[in-house]
Amino acid sequence: MTSTSFLQYCLAGVSIGGIYALIAIGYTMVYGILRLINFAHGDIFMMAAYFMIFAMVDFALPWYVSIVLVLAATVALGVLIEKAAYKPLRSAPRMSIMISAIGVSYLLQNLATYLFSALPKGYPSIAFLTKTITIGSISTSVVTFITPILTIVFVVLLMQLINHTKIGMAMRAVSKDFETSQLMGIKINRVISFTFVIGCFLAAVGSILYFTPRPSVYPLAGSLPGLKCFIAAVFGGIGSIPGAVLGGFLIGLSETFIKAAGYSEFSDVFTFILLIVVLLFRPTGLFGEKITEKV
Amino acid sequence: MRDMTEKKKTQASIVLSLLAVVIAALLLYCVNTYTKPTFMLRTVLQLGAIYALVAVSMNLLNGFTGLFSLGQAGFMAVGAYTFAIFTIPVGSRSGVYYLYGVADWLANIQFPIWGGLLAAGLVAAVLAALIGAPVLRLKSDYFAIATLGFAEIVRIIVGSTPMNRVTNGSLGLKMIPKFPNFYFPFLIAGICILIIALLLRSSYGRAFKAIREDEIAAEAMGINLAKHKQMSFIISSFFAGIGGALMGMFLGAITSTTFNVTLTYNILLIVVIGGMGSMTGSVLSAFLVIAAREWWLRFLDQEMVIGTFHVPFLKTGFRMVVFSIILMLVVLFFRRGIMGTKEFNWNFILKRLDKKKDAKPSAGGESA
Repeated sequence: MTSTSFLQYCLAGVSIGGIYALIAIGYTMVYGILRLINFAHGDIFMMAAYFMIFAMVDFALPWYVSIVLVLAATVALGVLIEKAAYKPLRSAPRMSIMISAIGVSYLLQNLATYLFSALPKGYPSIAFLTKTITIGSISTSVVTFITPILTIVFVVLLMQLINHTKIGMAMRAVSKDFETSQLMGIKINRVISFTFVIGCFLAAVGSILYFTPRPSVYPLAGSLPGLKCFIAAVFGGIGSIPGAVLGGFLIGLSETFIKAAGYSEFSDVFTFILLIVVLLFRPTGLFGEKITEKV
Repeated sequence: MRDMTEKKKTQASIVLSLLAVVIAALLLYCVNTYTKPTFMLRTVLQLGAIYALVAVSMNLLNGFTGLFSLGQAGFMAVGAYTFAIFTIPVGSRSGVYYLYGVADWLANIQFPIWGGLLAAGLVAAVLAALIGAPVLRLKSDYFAIATLGFAEIVRIIVGSTPMNRVTNGSLGLKMIPKFPNFYFPFLIAGICILIIALLLRSSYGRAFKAIREDEIAAEAMGINLAKHKQMSFIISSFFAGIGGALMGMFLGAITSTTFNVTLTYNILLIVVIGGMGSMTGSVLSAFLVIAAREWWLRFLDQEMVIGTFHVPFLKTGFRMVVFSIILMLVVLFFRRGIMGTKEFNWNFILKRLDKKKDAKPSAGGESA
């Protein structure tokens, strides 16, 4: 492996890792507050891709309008799911709410198959994102280059929001203790809705960045990335945002290098084995205990 | 005196159960003799029996032991592939493995169908024993994710290139022996479900339920948690493996994508609708769901015009949307499913009949 191709792989790995990180934040925040694996998160990510196709191909809107619409529609979908499928089960056993999440995932997949057919659909290309640029000896598309930058920007913004605003403080309180924070006058439902808004917003951003360099979208396109991002969240310590980001980058990098080494068939196997190993030896993940920034 | 009535009741319910089995067998005989081989009911009944077995095996773990596993499809894949690898007739193997050739050690081994089924269950069980020890230490939702991950690992490995000469890689296996006769899946599923039912009535079954209700209390009562969880996991996987083998026989051809996450979700749907923790519920809902999905609701997938009115929404895929909405409704509003944690029992019906006959309450409590 030459140093050029090594750098190229590094960039590709960091880029996909950034996307994983964005989605993993959604998992980790929802888990931090509701103690629920939001199985539907990967499918929300997939629906965001279809929204983009809708906006840009079916309605022929310019890309900047489309992106705003996609972000808004995805957030609306996420909040709707929370209100319809998770809120009624708040006092139910955890197994029920998990089944509900699986049910939503199943519903979204079937809905996408029904509305857009099971055949892959071409993803619209945004001209300035797919342009190729050359930095030094590595050439890559703009989207690969800006993904990690965007990820860092969003994470920093999010950390500011959580650490320095009132709603952020409320989120931290709720994730620490659901009932006590309720007694302190925090409007739980607002906090939970806000968590879903942030999670889905980042998933929509991730979706645009993920599918732009890829040719097509199909109804099951979200399930495997979704699982991997959940693993990233577990790896970093579920509930911790820096952990999720680190987990996302690590999984993205290791996946890219395993593919580069010629074992592309087994890159997902590696990710799942990583999950099981992490769960067995350090169930709280890398940052599970040290940093108590649980949201 | 009370003993006598209890004894009588047990005898009556055994007689009634036997009667029900005979009636079911007669009905199956009628279906077999008087319907055309292409009739939908035959397919629905056979597939229903397979799903009933798989759903009951999932319920043993999820509903009775309280371990939320999402690995069912993985164990079914293991079972189906084991069965297929060892039972595809030696003569037709060159046709099946036309691209990569068959591994040398495998070329001349052929099991009879019974042996294949047993091997399918055993391989799945051994695999469950291997991964069970570490994975069962995980708490509820982590356990779910780990088993889901395991199922994906199985699926990827089975369809990968290094396995080409054994599992035929991404091409999958075909020419899997079909059911020797119409009754075969009912017989196998029936025997397996009966074994699970007997297990659940034993002290082990009660220990499983105790673990479901409260792990700490169960442990305090002297139940070995690790041992019983492991046992439930292995037994459930054994029967999932057999279910997978039956599925392979039913389909005749399998690939690794046959056993993706959607299959697990489909089984979970059946278990939830039937009631987590009710075997009879799972069996009932397996037949209902399969009949609805494969037969009664087929029309939802076809465009329909009544007179000049074009019925809206009907097109390919609508059936599954309706199904997922039903699942969501059950999850949100009828969390107990059809049967809750109750089992179908004759006493209840006998009591009802008694009441009607002489309009006075009969003695003896109804068992849950």
